[in-house]
Amino acid sequence: MAESTAAPRPAAIATRGLNLWYGDFQALFDVNLDVRQGIITSLIGPSGCGKSTLLRSCNRINERLGYVRTTGSIEILGQDIYAPEVELVQVRKQVGMVFQRPNPLPLSIRDNISFGHRLHARGQRVSRARREELVEDALRKVLLWDSVKDRLDDPAIELSLEEQQKLCIARLLPVKPAVLLMDEPCSALDPKGTEAVEELIWELRGEFTILIVTHNMAQARRASEETVFMLIGKVIEHGLTEDVFLNPQHRQTADYIEGRYG
Amino acid sequence: MTRDALARSRDFDRRGAAWYMDRAVTLFVFVGGISAILFIVGIFAFIAREGFGFVFTEFDAGEFFGSIAWRPTSMIERTYGALALIVGTASITGLAMVVSIPFSLAAAVFIGEFARGRTRETLKVLVELLAAIPSVVWGFIGLSIMNPLIIDTFGVPIGLNVLNAGVILGLMAAPIMTTIAEDALKAVPDGYREAAEALGATRWQVIRKVVIPAARNGLVAAVLLGVGRGFGETMVVLMASGHAINLPDSVFDSVRALTATIAAELGETAVGSEHYQALFTLGILLFAVTFAINLTADVIVRGIRRKGR
Ligand SMILES: Nc1ncnc2c1ncn2[C@@H]1O[C@H](COP(=O)(O)OP(=O)(O)O)[C@@H](O)[C@H]1O
Ligand SMILES: [Mg+2]
Repeated sequence: MAESTAAPRPAAIATRGLNLWYGDFQALFDVNLDVRQGIITSLIGPSGCGKSTLLRSCNRINERLGYVRTTGSIEILGQDIYAPEVELVQVRKQVGMVFQRPNPLPLSIRDNISFGHRLHARGQRVSRARREELVEDALRKVLLWDSVKDRLDDPAIELSLEEQQKLCIARLLPVKPAVLLMDEPCSALDPKGTEAVEELIWELRGEFTILIVTHNMAQARRASEETVFMLIGKVIEHGLTEDVFLNPQHRQTADYIEGRYG
Repeated sequence: MTRDALARSRDFDRRGAAWYMDRAVTLFVFVGGISAILFIVGIFAFIAREGFGFVFTEFDAGEFFGSIAWRPTSMIERTYGALALIVGTASITGLAMVVSIPFSLAAAVFIGEFARGRTRETLKVLVELLAAIPSVVWGFIGLSIMNPLIIDTFGVPIGLNVLNAGVILGLMAAPIMTTIAEDALKAVPDGYREAAEALGATRWQVIRKVVIPAARNGLVAAVLLGVGRGFGETMVVLMASGHAINLPDSVFDSVRALTATIAAELGETAVGSEHYQALFTLGILLFAVTFAINLTADVIVRGIRRKGR
């Protein structure tokens, strides 16, 4: 089970008794996990153990499949996002997501960045200058501004994969989410791109609570403060990254870290 | 060279059944591809040959495009004013598009983006069945259902008019437009929808801001195909429009379409006569407009593609 760790920072994500089924297939079993606020937590485990499923439950994007059933609760900053009165739009405003494959919208670079902000600024008038400012800030933050500032109206899909993934991170920023979910955000990138995006994620630490799925042990060790290990739909171990890697409490964790599951 | 190697090298140039099959299929496909060009050129040459005699001698552009007097069989003075026919075709097609574009796009969005599972499959089959209804059956519906309905509902003396033909033509074009539009929506990668939803877009926002813009090429193609279909359709407009040479003041006036005129009159003309050639000139006009529509569609679609969207 999830182990509570040292410093009692408040949890940004807290799951209680979370079970999830795809049709008849149960993919998550009684997950109780507290992801602490303002730090980077990595989610590791062998392929098919439910990492993506857990991540995708935290912004309820799983539900678009139509055949997913969830029991238990997930609280984001103290608010149960599965409560009946909750509006999905508000959940997604709080929780941004970066996908495995960069997925810029088929719009210009500028419109990709302001897309989310436009959605959530419904009703309010936002001046052009303000919007330009938001776009520039977001792009600067992901270190993309200098290379794209002269072609903001070009389609975002013309960017390189690395730039696309940075853009996908940048477009979350104007919405000001509290939590960022990242599902193997570097797995489609080359080593140079991986390094650049990893650095960027590290830069965002503190400002956002980041839960990142990774296949890359080195990445988890380098880039996260806490690590969660999952196996067949269950959370096996959760602790400070160095503890999980150097001094795992469970056999399976040790086996996985030593590469015995592949 | 050893005997073994020699035998093996002979094996290399032995042509098996697969080789001949490959050749035959290549040739067949090539002929199929080329024939499209041959047909287009052939049809154009034929229409041009039959019609150009008139175009270069009797043809008077002012009369053809400016007069409504289509009197090809008059004893006193034969005139070939096609204006009423052009307006007739344009008004029917125009109304048909007003009916079918919103209807089909809405149907496509519902089938493609909202309906799930069984509902969706059933709807798709039904729409395809609708597309297979022969145009003469639609003509019947215009004649025997729409006609009395329009007379009763609007209290007009005749129900065979622009409204009747336009609505029927619209319904007739809708299934094909729906199917093509739905294909276009389906071709939009699901990742776009997922990305937009994850950013907080509602279902409708996803459709309006992401899916429809991304499917624009296909949607334009669907609409233009519908326009082309309406423009060239003959049987429905012959049966439901009233077939009266007339510049319509309202949708309750009867009109006559270019296609219907050709269909109704060609059988009664002597091959090569002035009237015959005049009908082929109408054919050239239809051909030219259809060609222009398709070319426009092509340019639009390419233009969008070049911008990488
Ligand atoms: N859309 C889906 N429909 C049915 N089963 C799924 C779906 N997505 C994932 N699964 C199943 O759920 C389990 C967990 O998958 P996933 O969360 O993608 O694992 P991970 O991200 O750790 O590789 C796997 O057994 C997978 O086959
Ligand atoms: Mg995964």
